[in-house]
Amino acid sequence: MSRRVRLGLFAVAGPGLLAVLLIGLHGLPAFGDYHGVYGLLVSRIEPSARHATDIVTALNFDLRAFDTLGEEFILFASAAGVALLLRRMRDEASVERASGIEDHRFAGASDALRLASLALVPLLVALGGYVVLHGQLTPGGGFQGGVVLAAGPMAILLAGRYLALKRIAPQWALEALEALGAASYALIGLGGLIFAGVYLKNFLPLGTQGTLLSAGMMPLNSVAVGLEVTGAFLLTWTEFLDQDLLVRGGDRT
Amino acid sequence: MTALQIAALILVALGGTAVVLVPDPLRQTLVLSIYGVALTILFFVFQAPDVALSEIVVSGLALPVIILAALRKIRESEDEHRRADGEGQR
Repeated sequence: MSRRVRLGLFAVAGPGLLAVLLIGLHGLPAFGDYHGVYGLLVSRIEPSARHATDIVTALNFDLRAFDTLGEEFILFASAAGVALLLRRMRDEASVERASGIEDHRFAGASDALRLASLALVPLLVALGGYVVLHGQLTPGGGFQGGVVLAAGPMAILLAGRYLALKRIAPQWALEALEALGAASYALIGLGGLIFAGVYLKNFLPLGTQGTLLSAGMMPLNSVAVGLEVTGAFLLTWTEFLDQDLLVRGGDRT
Repeated sequence: MTALQIAALILVALGGTAVVLVPDPLRQTLVLSIYGVALTILFFVFQAPDVALSEIVVSGLALPVIILAALRKIRESEDEHRRADGEGQR
């Protein structure tokens, strides 16, 4: 398409889009004007019926727990897909061959950066664990905590110790972590089917509102999702970085 | 709407425009992750801390790492093609 045709197309489509947008914006309710009955209902029943104080987690892991099951398996399938596709391109021996590049240095990475990244690792892991475990109490939960947990080991990469990362989190362990998380979520749901008669229905005691072990099965679900997300993210990242750092590094040395 | 919310909206508008306008993919990745932080602030001031928590890790770390890895891979294969072409001419 030539430049003139493209400009002509834009001259027609641009104002058209603007007109549709303006009409749409005109019909919007005023800012902060909330008419959702569902949201109000959820905020009212979840604290009393399930003893949860974070409504978003209550929605994800209780009211719409089945949706979360689907989402979890989307993540599981995509991480597995990435691993399958990329692994074909890597031969298993390359990790051993690349052991000479134990300490790869990023161009311009200073000692201060390396030290700071290593100091970040325990902090990120602690924060991630906190967010996962307090899902039903404060903002956060399995997914949010899981990504923070996965970010912890990734700081080791910033410190230039990618092979150390591969040793503490080998591929099989990440796969196992991901599968364990996905399976436990499905099994917790099965518990609901057995003890409460409905798949993913709460069957555990509700506990005291505001304590760590409250809100029935929400903390368990949160931990399951946290494990799955940590595994999936780390697996995807390390598969991509293997392509970069190991396959190439192995060929060079 | 509070001043903080307006400021966050403007920040996101500027950030999004900046991401589109940067021509080099490598720099674009960094601008994108800064834009992600702007989005995180937006979610936070609009009272969605759950979304803000996921956004900050996904856009600050998850996405850039994968894009950077992919960029490096692309550059590497381009180099190989160029080398192969050079040998063909000789």
